[in-house]
Amino acid sequence: MGAFVLKRLGGMALVLLAVSVLTFLIFNVIPNSDPAVRMAGKNANPQLVANITEEWGFDDPLPQQYLTMMGKIFSGDVISYQGQEDVVSRIAEGIPATLSLCIGAALIWIFFGVLLGYLSAVRSGGLLDKALTILAVAGISIPVFWLAAILLNYLAYETELFPAQGYVELTEDPLDWAYHLVLPWVTVAVTLIGLYSRVLRSNMLDVMDEDYVRTARAKGLNESQVMRRHVMRNSLIGIITLFGLDFGALIGGGAILTEAIFNLNGVGQYAFESIENLDLPPIMAITLFGAFFVVLFNALVDIAYAYLDPRVKLGSATDG
Amino acid sequence: MAPELHAEAGPAGSSPWRLAFRRLRRNRVALAFGGLLILIVLFVLAAPLWAKHVADTGPNETHTLEKIEVDGERREVVNVEGRPIGPVWLGAGGKYFLGADGRLGRDEMVRLMYGGRASLFIGFSAALIATLLATILALLAGYYRGWVDAVISRTLDVIWAFPVYLLGIALGIALALGGLKLGPLEIPSGSIWITVLIIGGIYVPYMARPLRGAVLSLREKEFVEAAVAQGAGPLRVMFRELLPNLASTIIVFFTLAVANAMLLEAGLSFLGVGVQPPDTSWGAMVGDGFDLLSSAPLLTILPGSLIFLTVLSVNVFGDGLRDALDPRSKVRLEAHAGLAEPEGTAV
Repeated sequence: MGAFVLKRLGGMALVLLAVSVLTFLIFNVIPNSDPAVRMAGKNANPQLVANITEEWGFDDPLPQQYLTMMGKIFSGDVISYQGQEDVVSRIAEGIPATLSLCIGAALIWIFFGVLLGYLSAVRSGGLLDKALTILAVAGISIPVFWLAAILLNYLAYETELFPAQGYVELTEDPLDWAYHLVLPWVTVAVTLIGLYSRVLRSNMLDVMDEDYVRTARAKGLNESQVMRRHVMRNSLIGIITLFGLDFGALIGGGAILTEAIFNLNGVGQYAFESIENLDLPPIMAITLFGAFFVVLFNALVDIAYAYLDPRVKLGSATDG
Repeated sequence: MAPELHAEAGPAGSSPWRLAFRRLRRNRVALAFGGLLILIVLFVLAAPLWAKHVADTGPNETHTLEKIEVDGERREVVNVEGRPIGPVWLGAGGKYFLGADGRLGRDEMVRLMYGGRASLFIGFSAALIATLLATILALLAGYYRGWVDAVISRTLDVIWAFPVYLLGIALGIALALGGLKLGPLEIPSGSIWITVLIIGGIYVPYMARPLRGAVLSLREKEFVEAAVAQGAGPLRVMFRELLPNLASTIIVFFTLAVANAMLLEAGLSFLGVGVQPPDTSWGAMVGDGFDLLSSAPLLTILPGSLIFLTVLSVNVFGDGLRDALDPRSKVRLEAHAGLAEPEGTAV
């Protein structure tokens, strides 16, 4: 187990390295994107551009520029090109909003996803199952940003039931914090509720066919005991796996659209603003931040899976 | 594995494909949504006809200062405050059927039809590219294993590790500014193909991973061994032995990929890094309408509902297809989880 974990972590570091190199290259091969020209602004003259180029080292060889930037990111004193902000503290400012959004939405989507998937599987083939299936597929098919726009229009602008935008610190006013996050939470959760209920339903239907479930019934357990002790417990493994991947991706910049529409000023929104400005330092830092979570949760899922399901051979699990 | 593993089994005249078709024909819900999809495709195909014969304007033609006659009354296309005219239905003989799209006074109905062409085109071509690449990579990795597999799998891991939207936006902005030059292939900036390639590329790992798993397990089967014993080379084994056994899985993946690609295109265009103006897509139209959300909500609701209906019909029809092709396969679950993953991140 220890060797497996170490190998997984080593692989993680390599993938992150590759991600950073790739991101750096994407933004360095764009034509007409000389950061010095952009920083010099409207009244740029060649001398100013040359000074900035010299000062920031934009004429160094690319590998050297890359190493300098990575060094700055890891020592925490990386400065953005636009407005020369401290990137790490900007990201840190965005983390509470992003975490609030992701954790709250996760609680909602897990609760309803499991509940609806369970009901659907138990009543498989019935009217309730059919209705829930339609709802789930509809949920999976909704464009998230559009759902957000509809919620904003009808629940915030027209009826003023909910605030339209902004993030309130949890420590400042917990009620207002939740009140501002209700619509974003619902926005993020709807698609995933649909997905999770579908996955849980098919997992449960598969498990119900297993011999040990028949054995459990044969030895006289009542239906709810069979469901809870045998079917649910085994079906949830797949859900946990999926949850790890989705949650990692969500924290790692997956909530960009929701953050931007509800103006939550989270990490995702900062990422989007930076990309729009071709502002490489924050882009590199946020991409690494995001990829870190994606890769971390991938690894955690593999490790958890190997732990939960002894049938998984550790050697093969590293191959994905 | 798939029921068509050994096609010679079963009575004559009922090939697995025919059986699947029969099962699909009995699935009324899937057929209904398949029909809806066809209607939507016809709707967008009719765009030039409507533009030329009914609306008498192109999708990108602006009519800011013009006036039109609606039921005998002259009205401004865009009023002094910059508010576009709402739906006039047939009041102006089909012109501005759904009103104008904003400050520029373009015909919303015409844009909706042309925008749908872009959305559907990108969805289908990106899914096609992703499916082709993923299939080839999965066959290579699963057949050769060893270092070939290692190189392919690790490369895909890197793309996988990128948060989907960050990668999409980064590539979208980079290529929208600079265009793309890959050897002889040169795509000018602003071309719809850039979006197609970005989305197609992003989805490759999500599809290649489960397919590779399927190839790895198929490769151990006796029929592969038999083919090799008969002297079949790598290409023959991959494309004549392995590929037909993956066909039903690939078809199912393709439908899922179309749905996901359309959603990603919509998201990227909504953010302004997908389809570039003056061209439009449904996602871009939701983005344009968003600024007028409180005064003209229809401009947001209409294109969004079309995305929703299209993706919904692709998903439901794809579901029916999956049940028909592979009623008992467990591969479908991995497929769903694997492919839905980027969708999960698209929020």
